[in-house]
Amino acid sequence: MLVSKGADPSGTLAASSLAEPSLATVGDYIVLMKPRVMSLVVFTALVGLAVAPGSLHPVTAFTALLCIAVGAGAAGALNMWYDADVDAVMIRTSRRPVPMGRVRPGEALSFGLMLAGFAVVTLGLLVNWLAAALLAFTIFFYVVIYTVWLKRSTPQNIVIGGAAGAFPPMIGWVAVTSSLSFEPVLLFLIIFFWTPPHFWALALYRADDYARAGIPMLPVVSGDASTRRHILLYTLVLVPLGTAPWLFGYTGPLYGATAALMGVIMLGLGWQVLREKRPAERASRNLFAFSILYLFLLFAVLLVERGWGGLIVRLAS
Amino acid sequence: MGWADRPAGVVSIGTVMNEQSDDDGIVLTEAQKRARRSRSIAIALALGALVILFYVMTLVKGPGVLIRPI
Repeated sequence: MLVSKGADPSGTLAASSLAEPSLATVGDYIVLMKPRVMSLVVFTALVGLAVAPGSLHPVTAFTALLCIAVGAGAAGALNMWYDADVDAVMIRTSRRPVPMGRVRPGEALSFGLMLAGFAVVTLGLLVNWLAAALLAFTIFFYVVIYTVWLKRSTPQNIVIGGAAGAFPPMIGWVAVTSSLSFEPVLLFLIIFFWTPPHFWALALYRADDYARAGIPMLPVVSGDASTRRHILLYTLVLVPLGTAPWLFGYTGPLYGATAALMGVIMLGLGWQVLREKRPAERASRNLFAFSILYLFLLFAVLLVERGWGGLIVRLAS
Repeated sequence: MGWADRPAGVVSIGTVMNEQSDDDGIVLTEAQKRARRSRSIAIALALGALVILFYVMTLVKGPGVLIRPI
């Protein structure tokens, strides 16, 4: 079964609270912005900003990161507005503010739209309009292309939709240079190919949850074995891509060694996922957890080796 | 149509609103008042931060504040 429409199609969601004044707290609105996703977005944007050539005043850099963070929060709020119906039936998301009735769908929608508008316009006015346009496109891509269209219609949802999470380092780069080049595209590709194994590992042990909500994730549509093969396939593409910044001479040996070592472990875990039979799910959980560390370490080493020095120079000049 | 010419039964909006607020207006509970107050403070702080951000960025950019590369 595919879910055809979001934002509480039955109109029953929190119906009892519609006539009541809102009980939403500031904390509920912070949850709407998906702070954990925001932190990863800010971190990868910081790396893009730090490794970019050229100079940017620290206050301008802070403003750029703030706008990117708020833009990510806006996308999260709009996602929670549209997905309130499926969030309500999934164990992982059922305690979110909209399905719980603490924030009304209309409040989440207006909050998301307002944040998106402020983030894009402020980034355009205070940093540059190309970065603002990229941020606007990222929000559009996540909300309209991924949330509204792909998520409920195809098992390739997180493959294509993963692009939304891969844009932040490009926005950070563009905030400094006002242009694009191959290096930020490489960072984009790393996150793009990291997303499917990361989310499919999660979907493997949350397949029942997704099936109940009618979300056509790969394990629900194509089955367990096919998903495990796809995870290994995408990991095989990801690992060489992870080392590419070193191979192309953008980084030093520390990054190369880290990317190679982490890549080997990632491949090993992908292989374990392939070999493991249901109901065992330890390998999937291990891969999901390790994939977060993988991306974090790669970008952290990139920041230390390439960006940190650049940031210090900029702050000193 | 003048005020004196209005048909019988038509009352002003102000009258309706006053009647509602006097008779069956929404009375917030303490929890709702607390939630509204916390939201109001957060909005005020966010707007204040935005004003400060634009002020500081104007100082940072100096005369080039109006030059915004595309």
